[in-house]
Amino acid sequence: MTSASAPGRMAAKVSLRTWSVAAGVIPIVFLATFFIWPMLTLVGRGFVNAEGFTLAEVSSVFESARTWRILGQTLLQASVGTVVAVLAGIPGAFVLYCRSFPGRNLVKALVAIPFVLPSVVVGVAFRALINEQGPLGFLGLGDSFVSIIAALVFFNYSVVVRTVGVLWSRLDPRASDAARSLGATRFKAFITITLPGLAPAIAAAAALTFLFCASAFGIILILAPANYGTVETEIYYQTTQLLNLPAAAALSIVQLVIVTATLIVSNIARSRNETALKLRSDENTQPLRVADWFPTTITALVGFGLLAAPMANLVWRSLHTRSGFGLGNYAALAVVSPGMAASVWQAILNSLMTATMAMGIAVLLGIQVSYLLSRRPKTKSGRRALNLLDSVFMLPLGVSAVTIGFGFLITLNRPPLDLRTSWVLIPLAQAMVALPLVVRTLLPTWRAISPRMREAAASLGSSPAGILTRIDLPYLSRGIGLAIGFAFATSLGEFGATSFLARPDRPTLPVLIFRLISRPGAENFGMAMAACVVLAALTGVIMALAEWIGPKTTGWV
Amino acid sequence: MRKIAVAASLLLLISTIGCAGTPAASPTPTQSAGTPTPQLSESNTLVVISHGSFAISDEAKAAFAAESGYEVSYVSPGSAGTIVNQLILSKDVPLGDVVFGIDNTLAGRAIKEGVLSPYSSAALPQAASTLAADQIGSLTPIDYGDVCLNADKAWFEAKNLPIPQTFDDLAKPEYKNLLVVTNPASSSPGLAFLAGTIAVKGDPDYLEYWSALKDNGVKVTQGWTEAYYTEFSGSEGKGSRPLVLSYASSPMYEAGKNAESPTQALLETCVRQVEYVGIIKGAQNEVGARKFIDFLLSSQVQASIPDLMYMSPVDDQVTLPPDWAKYTSMVKDPILLDATVVSAQRDTWIKAWTETVIG
Repeated sequence: MTSASAPGRMAAKVSLRTWSVAAGVIPIVFLATFFIWPMLTLVGRGFVNAEGFTLAEVSSVFESARTWRILGQTLLQASVGTVVAVLAGIPGAFVLYCRSFPGRNLVKALVAIPFVLPSVVVGVAFRALINEQGPLGFLGLGDSFVSIIAALVFFNYSVVVRTVGVLWSRLDPRASDAARSLGATRFKAFITITLPGLAPAIAAAAALTFLFCASAFGIILILAPANYGTVETEIYYQTTQLLNLPAAAALSIVQLVIVTATLIVSNIARSRNETALKLRSDENTQPLRVADWFPTTITALVGFGLLAAPMANLVWRSLHTRSGFGLGNYAALAVVSPGMAASVWQAILNSLMTATMAMGIAVLLGIQVSYLLSRRPKTKSGRRALNLLDSVFMLPLGVSAVTIGFGFLITLNRPPLDLRTSWVLIPLAQAMVALPLVVRTLLPTWRAISPRMREAAASLGSSPAGILTRIDLPYLSRGIGLAIGFAFATSLGEFGATSFLARPDRPTLPVLIFRLISRPGAENFGMAMAACVVLAALTGVIMALAEWIGPKTTGWV
Repeated sequence: MRKIAVAASLLLLISTIGCAGTPAASPTPTQSAGTPTPQLSESNTLVVISHGSFAISDEAKAAFAAESGYEVSYVSPGSAGTIVNQLILSKDVPLGDVVFGIDNTLAGRAIKEGVLSPYSSAALPQAASTLAADQIGSLTPIDYGDVCLNADKAWFEAKNLPIPQTFDDLAKPEYKNLLVVTNPASSSPGLAFLAGTIAVKGDPDYLEYWSALKDNGVKVTQGWTEAYYTEFSGSEGKGSRPLVLSYASSPMYEAGKNAESPTQALLETCVRQVEYVGIIKGAQNEVGARKFIDFLLSSQVQASIPDLMYMSPVDDQVTLPPDWAKYTSMVKDPILLDATVVSAQRDTWIKAWTETVIG
């Protein structure tokens, strides 16, 4: 028996290695061309002045008090945003993933909507709620740090709920049941048994949330007072307004350090706890009970107070027209208003088309990257290499679109790669933003395939292609629905990178919404609100479909 | 290990291709019959760079494409300020052929950095000559608008307070906490307004004036949208401040079909903002860029500017929409800016202003 299986296993190993290398090459070339090269070239410009290479200008940025104040504000905003999102999200994860109740899938889809809404409109909707005259004006939150945190939690709540919830639903309940039967309180059982089990998911969710909070842009411009700045807004200001490249370089390096440090911390937290996990292969959900009042109350408070209120406000405002309440703003969506080049419906078509392309690219590359990252190399250096690769593919979440956009100008400027004014860059840029999320969504699926199954198939004479079609693809199809949904919805709502490449004659929906809200008058404002509701609805439908197609066993880990 | 090696060598390969890549073949100058200067470049494509608010009608676009025979692409890589910096950064390999939307607060910087090729269009109306950015025609004026403070009439009526008229009024105690403006560092109307106060108050006295405004509770937002739609009481956002920095034409859009607007512009605070078009230095299609400039000055495009771009055309002979004429003609004596002074001082002003007002 041993003599027969050894060559087979060897063959499987060799082909797996080849397959892994092949899987890595295309995404790495893609990321290197459209992200790393432009970024490094722009950063490099910051180190060059009339005399040649110099550290002086970049280091002078680090000597200025303003830089440190901005870094401090960024880290504080991201830390507080992450802590609040995690604290609010854990009860939500329990209610939405470990308990069943009528309409649960609908609620899950609704919760995912804020994540992809354009920040300009969300900012205006938030502002309208908390302004002195607004429904929540009595709280006195205008221009406050609290309002920034509330908005960050609004955007990132679903990241925590989904990531933690998926793991929670598969956590073996027997240990915590045993603790309770031995007399531990519910709270104590949660703290000592359940929470440590959830740690890997919490670490992963916290890392993603931290990166999203640290790099928030539009929402900060609208909600923060004028003397407030983050690394992201500062890069925007120094680069687009002042063309201060040493500052852009220094701040981009800061962003790289933030991303890397975040991922290192998250990886340590994950690997420390991962080994101890006992997971069930099926979901463990029970009907919602009276005993669940505590997490249910918190989830309802966050859900209605923080998530639903701004969205309801959007809907309410979209129904407000010059002649009273009605559907006038929605009727106007079919009309090309003067100077907009496209009606909202045409812009939706443009958006759907570019988002489809972006989704295709992101999912194809995401399959390869996540496959590669799911490998478990035996050598330490192999594991290090994979960790590095993991971080590299997360960079687009933490590095400013401005750095990349300006980097494009001085890199992708010669044939055959002169894409600076080509529409092709729009889906490419969107795919890069969606790729990290696709990778996070697919990773657990790949990890769920036992290497032994592949080895067994190989030793039974299956070719690499056979292994792929009979083992890998059936497994993959379980996670792909959700990956497609996320990629599509993210691309649909993407604004930062797209705004550097917009076509005035073929605007995407977020670009058109931004244009509408940049002009005076009830018609423009009302249409912007209605268009935003349509974008939210579209996103909700996509996420509901993804939830329906996708398995219950996928989360961002 | 092998994987890292493969990845590393690929990265190396890509960067080598990128750095050593042959520069773009310089455009072959075509001698076209009607062109007076034969050394101009021409190609069959034309790339128009503009800010997001640039708009001409589909019919006009089609007519231009048909007449010129070019394949025209329109790209909008950001606000006008962003675009000027993009042009400077990509000077060696120009981004496109023609750029629209550089205004008189940015013109001087673009000219000084040498990213433009001069052109004096025969189509430029006489009336527009006062709007020129420099003597050699580095930029051609296409439209203009007036940045003015707007007031919510109902608010002042309810409080039985006269609507302020002048810059000095704004610093008076009865108008405390009523004004919202945009940050000149990030917003072009904000910069025009700051330059306007400097033109009136003088340099460095404007800092004293702004310090008085600050003491009187002026609020600063990053952009126009936040100021107008979340702080201003006279529009959809129903904010708390009845005075906002916007345009002379904004009250027209608040009026809708009504004869009278609920808001009004403070005519003594109006600063003229001029938008230019220019040929990008090193353009692959200079002939086409010139034709495009002539096209923007044609009466067909000029007449459509108020409707499509919310600005006034430089050609005073075209017929304006009646409402537009009514609201914009109220501005009799706007503050005019010297493009050279503004661009030379811009960064200094913004820095000093930020220290005074934002702290």
